[in-house]
Amino acid sequence: MAAKYEEVLKIEKLYFDYSDTSVLKDVNLTLYQGDFLGIIGSNGAGKSTLIKLILGKLPYYKGSISLFGTDIKKSFPRDKIGYVAQKANSFNTSFPATVKEVVMANLYSKKGLFKRYNKQDEERFYEVIRRVGMEGCENRLIGRLSGGQQQRVFIARALISEPKLLLMDEPTVGVDMQSVTEIMNLISELNRQGITIVMTNHDTPALVEVSSKLLIFCSHGNGEFVDRANLTMEQINQIYAGKRRHNHE
Amino acid sequence: MNNIFAYDFMIRAFIAAALIGIIAPCIGTTIVLKRLSAIGDATSHSALAGIAAGLMTGVHPVLGAVIFSMAAVLGIEAVRKSFKNYSEIATVIIMSTGIGLTAVLSGFVGNTADLNSFMFGSIVAISDFEMILTVGLSVAVIAVTMLLYRELFYIAFDEDAAELAGVPVKTVNIIIMLLTAITVSAASRIVGALMVSSLLVIPVACAMIIGKSYKSTMIISIVFAELFTVGGLFASFYLDVKPGGSIVLIGVAVLVMLLIFFRRR
Repeated sequence: MAAKYEEVLKIEKLYFDYSDTSVLKDVNLTLYQGDFLGIIGSNGAGKSTLIKLILGKLPYYKGSISLFGTDIKKSFPRDKIGYVAQKANSFNTSFPATVKEVVMANLYSKKGLFKRYNKQDEERFYEVIRRVGMEGCENRLIGRLSGGQQQRVFIARALISEPKLLLMDEPTVGVDMQSVTEIMNLISELNRQGITIVMTNHDTPALVEVSSKLLIFCSHGNGEFVDRANLTMEQINQIYAGKRRHNHE
Repeated sequence: MNNIFAYDFMIRAFIAAALIGIIAPCIGTTIVLKRLSAIGDATSHSALAGIAAGLMTGVHPVLGAVIFSMAAVLGIEAVRKSFKNYSEIATVIIMSTGIGLTAVLSGFVGNTADLNSFMFGSIVAISDFEMILTVGLSVAVIAVTMLLYRELFYIAFDEDAAELAGVPVKTVNIIIMLLTAITVSAASRIVGALMVSSLLVIPVACAMIIGKSYKSTMIISIVFAELFTVGGLFASFYLDVKPGGSIVLIGVAVLVMLLIFFRRR
């Protein structure tokens, strides 16, 4: 990637253990504005752990994680980060909240304590709702929407704070097949609009197809950071199976 | 029939009940939606221990309730950290402590009728000082709830996302607990410490059946709470029953009717 693009995420020599179990070993990667990183690997390989580490939820690790040029241990740029979790983990479906209430809540990262919403915030809300294709649903209870619609709302919630980096942990889990395709298309469109994406997904081929970079957690436990454009699907499968190593940088 | 508004004590009771009808659902909405309803019970039993301690030592019972219930909610937070995956244990331990303390301290209270009036509520016993205290505590709860409205909503809906957005989740959670303690203490005189937790929960449960948003659920729950408290006072005055009991039973009756009506629809 050309140097004119802003460095968004840099991970160097990252190691992380859960109790005595080594989860991440020597993970290294650098992402620039507009990159789409797909993280692939088997269950328990450390995909979600890496997302949590980037979000600063797990403070004890070795190595360094920098966002927008600053180590996250020094400062966390929450106004530049959006996060979309698995739908099922996100909320209680009987909670009496409208789409508008849920999406507007995330303006907190921009506004801070005690600030009220203003006209610009309302305009921003309608813009992101249009962007995710949920016009007309503003005042509906979120628990009454379909799984795919609910996930679009959560993407809108992440977008309202105008993130430069969007982290997505299995965003299509619990969503019907038709909606999976629509959500993947939406995420690709957001990436084309300049948002850097880091995403895990259980559907590996679909994720590989939309990614520009891949972090492959292979059978020997290390994460291999590769440029998607330089590899065939067969080569990716070989790295995944631990039969081939690839040094990206 | 006697004119209910001809008595000063009833005017005081109505003012106190109207304020409690606002603050109980304000804080109740948050604790119900955070699935922390049992905290109301633990806090109210600790408040009762504070009332007994107050009656025993000469400190005003409502102040005793405030101190003990605040200690209780901070105790719940402390115990919860030791049992991260079984946080309900903390609520049960603090509630048991409150009941145990009440049982022990009640033996040293000279006039048990005073303690009884706090257990089941009383409309004749509200003094001018208690009136002022109720107004002060209620204003504090309403002001904090309005100021932290967005934070309370986000934490109740999705605590992880709220934390990521920068909401000071731990601080706001402690504020929620302290507000619960204040609400329970303020309401203990009129509703009764043993029944106050139901006033935190029942109006919200009714509002959740018909609410179309978080905001409307909170507003509707206030309307229901006002209906229950004012209706309960009328019932208490004319039927000569304990106000706490009449307030709670009216609430339960309305909840049952709503459940039947909306299930049929």
